[in-house]
Amino acid sequence: MRASFMDAIILQILNGLDKGSAYAMIALGLTLIFGTLGVVNFAHGALFMLGAFCAVTLQRMLSLSYTIEDPTQKDFLGNPLKVDTPYIVSWFGDSAGNAIVNWSVPLAILFAIPVMLLIGYVMERGLIKHFYKRPHADQILVTFGLAIVIQEIVKYFYGANPIPTPAPDMFRGSVDFGVMIGFAQNEIIYPYWRLVYFLFSAVIIGAVFAFLRFTTFGMVVRAGMADRETVGLLGINIDKRFTIMFGIAAAVAGLAGVMYAPINSPNYHMGMDFLVLSFVVVVVGGMGSLPGAVLAGFLLGILESFASMNEVKSVIPGIDQIIIYLVAIIILLTRPRGLMGRKGVMEE
Amino acid sequence: MLGLSKKDTTFLLIVIFLTLATPILLQPFPENSALAQFNAGYPDLMQRFAIYGIFAIGFNILFGLTGYLSFGHAAFLGVGSYSVVWMYKLLSYNVLPGLILAVIMSALFALLIGFISLRRSGIYFSILTLAFAQMSFNLAYSVLTPLTNGETGLQVYTNDPQVLMGPGSPSSPHFFGIVMNESAKVDIGGWQFTFSNGYYFCAIIAIIVFYLSLRIFRSPFGIMLRAIKTNQTRMSYTGLNSRPYTLAAFVISGMYAGLAGGLLASMDPLAGAERMQWTASGEVVLMTILGGAGTLMGPVLGAGFIKYFENIFSKINDNILHTWFSALPDGLEDALVFMLHPFIGKGWNLTLGLLFMLVVIFLPGGLIEGGNRIWGLITGKGRKSKRAVKDNDHHPKPSAHVN
Repeated sequence: MRASFMDAIILQILNGLDKGSAYAMIALGLTLIFGTLGVVNFAHGALFMLGAFCAVTLQRMLSLSYTIEDPTQKDFLGNPLKVDTPYIVSWFGDSAGNAIVNWSVPLAILFAIPVMLLIGYVMERGLIKHFYKRPHADQILVTFGLAIVIQEIVKYFYGANPIPTPAPDMFRGSVDFGVMIGFAQNEIIYPYWRLVYFLFSAVIIGAVFAFLRFTTFGMVVRAGMADRETVGLLGINIDKRFTIMFGIAAAVAGLAGVMYAPINSPNYHMGMDFLVLSFVVVVVGGMGSLPGAVLAGFLLGILESFASMNEVKSVIPGIDQIIIYLVAIIILLTRPRGLMGRKGVMEE
Repeated sequence: MLGLSKKDTTFLLIVIFLTLATPILLQPFPENSALAQFNAGYPDLMQRFAIYGIFAIGFNILFGLTGYLSFGHAAFLGVGSYSVVWMYKLLSYNVLPGLILAVIMSALFALLIGFISLRRSGIYFSILTLAFAQMSFNLAYSVLTPLTNGETGLQVYTNDPQVLMGPGSPSSPHFFGIVMNESAKVDIGGWQFTFSNGYYFCAIIAIIVFYLSLRIFRSPFGIMLRAIKTNQTRMSYTGLNSRPYTLAAFVISGMYAGLAGGLLASMDPLAGAERMQWTASGEVVLMTILGGAGTLMGPVLGAGFIKYFENIFSKINDNILHTWFSALPDGLEDALVFMLHPFIGKGWNLTLGLLFMLVVIFLPGGLIEGGNRIWGLITGKGRKSKRAVKDNDHHPKPSAHVN
């Protein structure tokens, strides 16, 4: 009895990790933008979605193929069989080419980083820049408008249906996670890709923190977050660095989207779905606190997965649908600065 | 008249006239003419003008006056719709008990949500209201299925009690025998005008609630609400507690939203959870901002504008574009059609999003401000406003609240 109870708990924690990772990465980007530029970015979910569509795009580009009629093989009507061969395969040979096509989602990371950095840079210079002095309501409204526009553009090019984007064959299937930590076989089964996703997010989040902590650039940015004016007075062009941080935040959201594509087939409104929850995560973690955003992301992801256990649902029906919002409301009312928020930051 | 100044009375009379004459004014092109597709004088669309107008007027009382940006008003719209359909199911198709219940229920609901959400301001308030609305939406979809009928949507079935249903009662929504979806058609020359019961029912309610909002704007209560937007800190230093005022504004705007939701169900006896989704809350924000937040007519204009162009743009397709540009050289024609293609038909939301961004960036006062600027250019009075003081803290900008 006791062992199976532990199983259930560990399984739910694991289940919560993948969603939690996505929340944490999006919330991290949101907090970076808020902490540096003081802007509430409602278009951040759209950046996540764009990342997922980077994966879709690369997959489509890599599997561009030409058709030849193979006279040696016949189809069931007796005509020569038409064979689709991706250009990649014909260029790199069978094994290497197929591997590249198969690994398109991880490869999309390389593709997405420059694309998302560029999108973030253009967005900040072209639009957000003009909204620093305007009230928060205006920032919310203009980024909300931008989110609609991005979403509709994606819908125009990719259609309204979800586009399946499979992970590499190697990561299909599941890992018997229980055996590794001393449980019986087949007790705790966990899909490989979700494990990869969690590790990936841990690396990305770690990289962002290390970048801020251990590089001169990061030091200047942190100084700018604490006191923008003084850093400016020291003769440092802080605006330029903040713009780059906006690009990095966009790239983090984009990478979260790229790797999420195999878990949930990308569709044009996935950004909006995640955005609302990510905002809740940011608020729970504490506006402007980077560790708070990450912590709250994982916590809420895990909490959500616990709430969707049948045992819990039978006691409080519908709790899985509202648990995150409920937690947010309670936190906002009892501890307005969130779990790890600094005193006085957006605490009116 | 009615406790209004002379200027406001004229204003109200103009609004009443425009509202009542809408079926004629929105039908400027004769039937069968090439431009007939731009007519908007059919009942379904006009009802939506009036209903979303009410919704936006109510939202404006909260956002326009106090500056609290709620992202959860669609929840009240949904509550209103469900209340009305439940009254159909239990009593009869008379809309009056339903509408009364809709207003009461949404007021209670708004009182609860407002009481909690208004303890925070700024972005926290927006997120709290958003969280509440999403919660209501999720619950309506899942656990509250016995109350809301989940994904199918709530509707009237033949085995519902309907205790007040007499043998002669109409079997669709009506107001003491006036059936909503009946209409009179009048043909004059090439024009065909449709006078629908449903539209006039909504229109009269819209005029009443517009009058109420006019009174609120002019009352000491309205001035308090504006004081909250201008400088809440200073208001509390004066010794005034702003919470009761914001809560009252929140509840009033919730009641407007509930009424609008109820009217939606009065025109079409259906209520679905998607009415509560946060995109629906976003829509009313769009309407209010597009028209001009804080002005009396702005939100109504915004609602009409969005609903009209939603309808028109969705109908235009490539063939229609080709006929428009047929006078141009072929290559140019194709290029133009190709360029406009993403913005029409299903692309209406793209146009709306772009338009909305442009308005927020360049015209924060919405269409009303745009109109004022053009008017200023014509009459040469525009230069005055350039002298307006920039220091908002010490010299709050006086803003025109009418027109």
